[in-house]
Order: sequence, then C-alpha cells, then structure tokens
Amino acid sequence: MFLNFFYLMRENGLPVSLQEYLALMESLDKEVVEYNIDDFYYLCKTIFVKSEAHLDRFDIIFGHYFQGLEKINFDFFSKHIPEEWLKENFYKNLTDEEKAEIEAMGGIEKLMERFKELLEEQKKRHEGGNKWIGTGGTSPFGANGYNPEGFRIGQSGSRNRSAIKVWDKREFANLDDKVELDTRNMKLALKRLRRFAREGIEDELNLKDTIRKTSENAGMLEISMQPEKKNKVKVLLLMDVGGSMDDHVEVCQRIFSASKYEFKHLEYFYFHNCLYETVWKDNTRRYDRLQTFELLRKYNKDYKVIFIGDAAMSPYELMSKSGSVEHYNDEAGVVWLQRVLDHFENVVWINPNEETSWNYYQTTHMIRDLFGHKMFPMTIEGITNCMKCLKNSKLIHTS
Amino acid sequence: MKFEGTSTYIATRELSVAVNASIHLEKPLIVKGEPGTGKTMLAHEIAESLGKRIITWHIKSTTQAQQGLYEYDAVSRLRDSQLGSDRVEDIANYIKKGKLWEAFDTEEQVVLLIDEIDKADIEFPNDLLLELDKMEFYCYELQRTIKAKTRPIVIITSNNEKELPDAFLRRCLFHYIRFPDPKVMKQIVDVHFPKIEQDLVDSAMKVFYGIREVKRLKKKPSTSELIDWMKLLLMEKIEANELDSVDLMNAFPPHLSSLLKNEQDYDLLYSKLRGY
Repeated sequence: MFLNFFYLMRENGLPVSLQEYLALMESLDKEVVEYNIDDFYYLCKTIFVKSEAHLDRFDIIFGHYFQGLEKINFDFFSKHIPEEWLKENFYKNLTDEEKAEIEAMGGIEKLMERFKELLEEQKKRHEGGNKWIGTGGTSPFGANGYNPEGFRIGQSGSRNRSAIKVWDKREFANLDDKVELDTRNMKLALKRLRRFAREGIEDELNLKDTIRKTSENAGMLEISMQPEKKNKVKVLLLMDVGGSMDDHVEVCQRIFSASKYEFKHLEYFYFHNCLYETVWKDNTRRYDRLQTFELLRKYNKDYKVIFIGDAAMSPYELMSKSGSVEHYNDEAGVVWLQRVLDHFENVVWINPNEETSWNYYQTTHMIRDLFGHKMFPMTIEGITNCMKCLKNSKLIHTS
Repeated sequence: MKFEGTSTYIATRELSVAVNASIHLEKPLIVKGEPGTGKTMLAHEIAESLGKRIITWHIKSTTQAQQGLYEYDAVSRLRDSQLGSDRVEDIANYIKKGKLWEAFDTEEQVVLLIDEIDKADIEFPNDLLLELDKMEFYCYELQRTIKAKTRPIVIITSNNEKELPDAFLRRCLFHYIRFPDPKVMKQIVDVHFPKIEQDLVDSAMKVFYGIREVKRLKKKPSTSELIDWMKLLLMEKIEANELDSVDLMNAFPPHLSSLLKNEQDYDLLYSKLRGY
C-alpha cells in the first residue's frame, strides 16, 4: 500500500526510509486518524517530513501522486529547485529598481507561474525565439537574455551578468544533494579548532588532586576543585562580499552560521574583493566602517584569522595602489594582507571556488603564495584541514 | 485518548493529527516553528487535556544527556564512608534520578517535555537515541536496566539553532507550527480574552499583521507578543479608533516595545518614519 508513493518521494529526493514507511503502516493499522484525505495528508506529513525545508517538496509530491497523475513532469522542479528558494532567495537578490520593474510586469508570482507553465509545456532544448525557455532569446526566461527579469539557465559564459540569478542545474544539485554542505558536518569540522582552557569559578571536582591530597591527609577526605573546561579559541572571520562571490552566498552563510554557534569568541567583518584600509560589519550599512589599523590594534595575535573569499580579482586590485574598484586606495591590497599576516600568528584562507579552477586566476595564485599555501577549498575536508592548520602552523595545503 | 486542543489553546487539525500520531505510534514529536508560536505551551496543554502529569526537562548549552538519566554523587558517598554512616552500604542512596528516569519510573503515563533541544551540544541528541527509542537505559552503578513502565508521551521543541542528526530524526515525528493565519489568530485571541470587543481585535490585528509585513525585520512579532500587547491595550483601555490611525508611516502603535524586541528593528521602523 502506498509503496509507489514511498518510492516517488525517494526518487524526488525526500530522505525517507523504511522506518517511516512502517510507521505509516502502523498508524493506518491502529487507525490513528479518520479516513479522509486531509487527515491522511497531515499524518503523512508528520511522519515523512523531518525538516521544514522539505515541506514544500512533500506538498508537490503528495499533490501529484494523489491526483492520480501517471507521469510526473515536475522532477526538474522538485529535485533541483526547491520552491521556497525560488521565491525568497531570489527576491532577496534584486535591487529596488528591478523589483519595481517586476511589479510593473505583473509581480514575481506571475513570473514564477509563467515559468512553470513554460517548463511543463516545453519538451526539448530550445534556442532563440521569444517565448520558450532556452538560450539567447528575448523571453524573460533563459540564458543570455535582455529582459531585466531574465532567468538564466545552463549558461557557461557570462554574456549578461544582469540576469537575476544564475540557476544552472548543477548549482542546485550542489545545494540540494551534497551532504558536505550540511552545517552539521561543518560544525563537526569546525569543532576541531576547540581549545579548552580552565578559567573562572572552581566548580568541578579535580579527581587526581583530590586523591593526592586525601592520601597526604592520611586518608581523611580533602576535596580539590577546579574550574570547568571551556572553549577559549578566538576567531576572526573576514569575508569577501564582492560581486564574484555572489554565487557562493549560500555556502558562506552556512559556514558563517556554523561558526557562530561553534565559537563563543567570534568576530567577523566584510570586505570587497580585497582587504583595504577599512572593513565593515553590516552589509546594509556599509558606511559604518572600521579602520583596518583599528582592527589590528583591537584584536591581539591570539585570534585565529580566517579569510573567506574567491581571491579572484584583477591583478591591479591586489598589487597597485588606487586599484580598488570601489574607492581610491593609498596602499595596495597586498600591503594590507601582509599587515594582517604579520600581526596574527595563524591566518588561513578558505576559497569557495573549486580547487581545479584556482589555476585560472592569477591573483588566486599570488594570494596563495602570499599565505604560504594556507589556502583551503570550501569542502568538509578542506575545512577540516584548515582547522588543523590553525592549530599547527606547519601544516599547509598541497594539491 | 485524543488531543483536540483545549479551552485555552487552539490546535489546528494538522497539529492534532501530529500529536495523536505521536501518542499512538509512541514516537517522540519534534515541534519546530517561529519563536512564540506556542511550542512549549503545546506540551503543557496536552498534559492538561489528557489529564496527565508533565515532566519538563529544560535544555541548556551545558546540559548533557547523562544528566537526564541519573547522576552518581560519588563525593558524598566518599564523605559518608569517612563519617561511618550506614547509608554508604546502599549505592542507590547516591544515585540522583534525572528527568528521563523520573518519567520512566511512574506508574501512569506522563508527558515529557524536552524543551529547546537545539541549545545543547551538537552531540546531545545522539546520546539519547537508544533511550528515546527503546525507552530504557542501563545504570552501571546499580547494574540494572531501567525500563519505562509506561512509555511517556515525549514532546521535543527546537528553535533550529542547530540541525538535528538524521538518526535522531528517523526516530521522531515532526511538526512545523506555521504562523497562524488571521482566522486562527482571531480564535487564539478570543480564547485568551473572551470578553474583548471585536472592533479592538480587528484594529489590533491589522496593526500586528502590518508590522509583520515590514521587510527585513530581525524578529517578527509572534503570537505571544500579540497576546502581551493586547493585555497592555486592555489595561490602558485603548479604544479601537485610536489604533485605526496607526499606519506605521507617520504614527506608531502604543506599547510598540512589547511587539518589537530588537533595537535594530526599532531603528528600521523609525528610519521609515523619517522617510529614508
């Protein structure tokens, strides 16, 4: 009973297992709910869905299965593009003008609906034209388009970066399927950096010392206490929010939220493309800046510094003064990076770009050399090694 | 035995099904949702409506799974042995029962609330796998297995600060409390303030949902904030027409501080006022 439904969920990427299926059978057996479709839907939902992120996908699958549709042609959607992602994240990335334009064309809901319709109608790859989703047309959907609302699909070059969001299929496979991006895994990797120290109130029994003192005391009990062990590691996170980092926003958010809960002493700042004389804390209030010199004075060398950035920029942004794309800088970016390296003992760089692509960017090379090969890829393995490196500065990343 | 909400707690059909499934399948129910949507309240209401005792275990960042089972007080035993007390012969005198043991040890079924499980260390849920699955654990000091006489109804709340491990989720049912829509919200207000004037409710809800619509709020006000705010409105006898002038552009509602708990959210609203 409902075996097909079960397999349908699995095929569409809902992590359901035999245990849940048996639980459903058991509850039907025990007549937990009344026999109507609403209750059955609620029951299935509470049994099969384990995270609010999957709720929407479940709804789609449930809807399709119980409408008796034979062929499911939404697998592209349910597998690769979670609905809430479509709406929320997508909307976040728009500027005010773009939003206004979308409103003018009937609102985001309409755009989304139209896209779904077309996706279902369309059977084969398409190029040109002004209606179908494909590449090189003037339809709002597809790569290389000229519509301000343009969606971008399966595009390798960057002919028009003004499209709202790049959604190459591969990217979503990344977000959706690869467990290595899970924050839980990240937290476990970050955990390696823990450094325990005993400070503060003595509230824990020191067994060894108690035994020693008691023996010295001719067998009369004498208790010795000690403060509890706490994680004392201090971390300073410096993150690139430059344009080329847009594709990595999601994964950066994950590592950021993971570190926030892993480290009590965590400070973070943003920079654009390369570190210059100021950094900031809130991307919506960039004018609220902190001098980088101030940063170096404020945080002592105990702090472990982690840069997160793709290190991909024009060479002049790194090497020459007044090279910044945003403002006039008196000193080259490389000077500032060197200052950070000189001040702190443990500095590493985490690069979200795939390691194989590092060679294509001259500046990635240069920064990597500058950091003494302490540049790590943003995978669980990379982060794990990075944490080891922060503890033992002799370790470097070789590829 | 069926849970259908109580006179002071509105449970959607969805929620009742989840709770009943959890009772009948004897699996813990994980409840998530925005802060202030009544996750913790749920366990108390289940206990009340089914006439059961509730045992709550509040989780903190330092809580360890073992503390829920039992703690062995070796130091006082050692001290007693020095003083020549008779108590020392029986090790059971030095075992302090934890909340789980307490819940397992009762003759009649109880409701066990494990509150804010995500506050604990990331390994915490893994340490409770067997205990929650089989409802038993082994006490090394007494060398016996403690087994639940009747399986408690377990409600676990989480605020999503940490993700829970898969193995743990497998053993539980899950329910996400959605933010109530205006219709349900009205019922909720009605059970809390049975004598309130409908005009005031309508105006207050309009203001409330208006604030929730404001983009980029860090912490949107939720049900519990609304209830608190309504209490203040009633105490000061504010009339419905006073709220009607509130448009969040030029005029703010009274007692805004009970709706917004975050300084930045305040700034956000006031910066709108100044016309940025």
